[in-house]
Amino acid sequence: MSSTGTAPAGKRRERGGAWLTLLAWIVGILFVLPVVWMVLTSLHSEADAATNPPSVLAPLTLEGYREFFGGGASPWPPLLNSLTASVLSTALVLLLAFPAAYALSIRPVKKWTDVLFFFLSTKMLPVVAGLLPLYLFAQNARLLDNIWLLVVFYTSMNLPIAVWMMRSFLSEVPVEMLEAASMDGANLSRTLRSVIAPVVMPGIAATALICFIFSWNELLFARVLTATVAETAPVFLTSFVTSQGLFLAQLCAAAFVVSLPVLVAGFAAQDKLVQGLSLGSVK
Amino acid sequence: MMTSVAEQAGTRSGAAGRPPGKARRAAGWARRAPLLPALIFMIVVTQLPFVATLVISFMDWNAYYPDEVGFAGVDNFRRVFTDVNMRDAVWTTILLTAGVVLISLLLGLGIALLLDRRFRGRGAVRTMMIAPFLVVPVAAALLWKHALYNPEYGLFNGALTGLWKLFGADDPPQPDWISNMPLWSVIFALVWQWTPFMMLILLAGLQGRPLDVVEAARIDGAGGWQIFRSMTLPHLRQYLELGALLGSIYIVQNFDAVFTITSGGLGTANLPYTIYQIFYQAHDYGRASAAAVVVVLGTIIIATFALRTVSSLFRADTGR
Repeated sequence: MSSTGTAPAGKRRERGGAWLTLLAWIVGILFVLPVVWMVLTSLHSEADAATNPPSVLAPLTLEGYREFFGGGASPWPPLLNSLTASVLSTALVLLLAFPAAYALSIRPVKKWTDVLFFFLSTKMLPVVAGLLPLYLFAQNARLLDNIWLLVVFYTSMNLPIAVWMMRSFLSEVPVEMLEAASMDGANLSRTLRSVIAPVVMPGIAATALICFIFSWNELLFARVLTATVAETAPVFLTSFVTSQGLFLAQLCAAAFVVSLPVLVAGFAAQDKLVQGLSLGSVK
Repeated sequence: MMTSVAEQAGTRSGAAGRPPGKARRAAGWARRAPLLPALIFMIVVTQLPFVATLVISFMDWNAYYPDEVGFAGVDNFRRVFTDVNMRDAVWTTILLTAGVVLISLLLGLGIALLLDRRFRGRGAVRTMMIAPFLVVPVAAALLWKHALYNPEYGLFNGALTGLWKLFGADDPPQPDWISNMPLWSVIFALVWQWTPFMMLILLAGLQGRPLDVVEAARIDGAGGWQIFRSMTLPHLRQYLELGALLGSIYIVQNFDAVFTITSGGLGTANLPYTIYQIFYQAHDYGRASAAAVVVVLGTIIIATFALRTVSSLFRADTGR
């Protein structure tokens, strides 16, 4: 890339640029290839899905999807369970995290950094360490296989992330605006609605997206704490492979259907994804 | 349990200069009130279970022998420390986490640099890059195990057969990927999922770079590598640290990939999987708890350093 050669620097950079563009495209295609392969395989018949070399151009069919939705155990209850657990826990997280973030940024309590780090440190506590007591508690309280248990657990899993994110978004609210509002005699709910909400709404959306994705993806707790009634989609996927014979097309259809909500939400809100993943520190 | 860590890391950047007003106790509680629901919720759901784990770790408790529950002293811990499986699991966890974090961080850096230029289809490439991260982890693990790694009809061996046929050879190598390199199979599948994560954070970092300074350096005759080493990399440092920290938090706890791809066999059982097994299959509650306590203590030691890093990042961004 250095421009010390005999060729004019501009032209050299241009040619180097073309190579870099090609490289970027190749890398992008390599990374997306397994996903494309999953979708393509899900649209093949079982016989065409399991050939070597792969039959890329085999006729397309919806057989895999029909088999997934129609054959054997229905995937709808697990999908609905996942939806319930993810949506409810996300709502609960927002409900708890917003006031907490408020008390950590706009009108901060003493030692607010300690509180903030306490939240983050619970994220570092390995989840397996709390698994057994929660299981025993659920067993004694007859809450095993109950979706509410997952809602509570997913809330605790996402709350620290949400508090960090929301705090970073709330500290974006300009102090002057808050002072002006209080001078105009605006009460708390008015300040929240007309000063704070417009600034932090995108942040709340980013937080909700991340919490939804993490809850939707969770496997370990769902596997231990649920059985037939409250089973979530990821647990359903793991139990799916044990079927005999050719199952690759059906498996790919299942994997794609279960991933679809996350793919749609993630692609629709790519920028929010970055904000959320970096706990709000990257805007 | 981990408050001490938080305090150590937090006090330095703590809110200084707030006058200690005793008369304002009521006002203090009014400030604290919005925080309490979240705080209490977290303590009840994450800290109390840990206390219970601590208690159970000193008990002789196997669900298969419900009549023999009793106090065990440090027996469980002795068994954890002398258990070869546990020691292997610690090593596996370190290899797995370090491998995935380092490789995906390096790949992510390279790809972020590639995407930090204007070119035709940049948005499309970015979108393609994000896709792996948006596949549900269990689905991704199943996809790699059955559709890619499978020795008979997986895409990798299928592509090898196709390539060999293309050149007229009919004895393509057909390795059994998972049996031949079990840990790497898990690592590659995870690198595929986590590289986009690292790339997104680093790309955001690159785009927040002051471009006029880079332009000035280029005019002064600095080469690409020089600019990268002395300007881009220092600027990216905090983003690299953030990516490594968040990646480690999630990958240390990985269960889905190990459970799905190898079922913990062939030396790929990491700590979460091993504890899950002691608890879920052996039903040895005492030993599982002791293992969990040991893991938590180890995590606290590591987290102390990690939190120091975050808190140094954080000093640059102290709110108000």
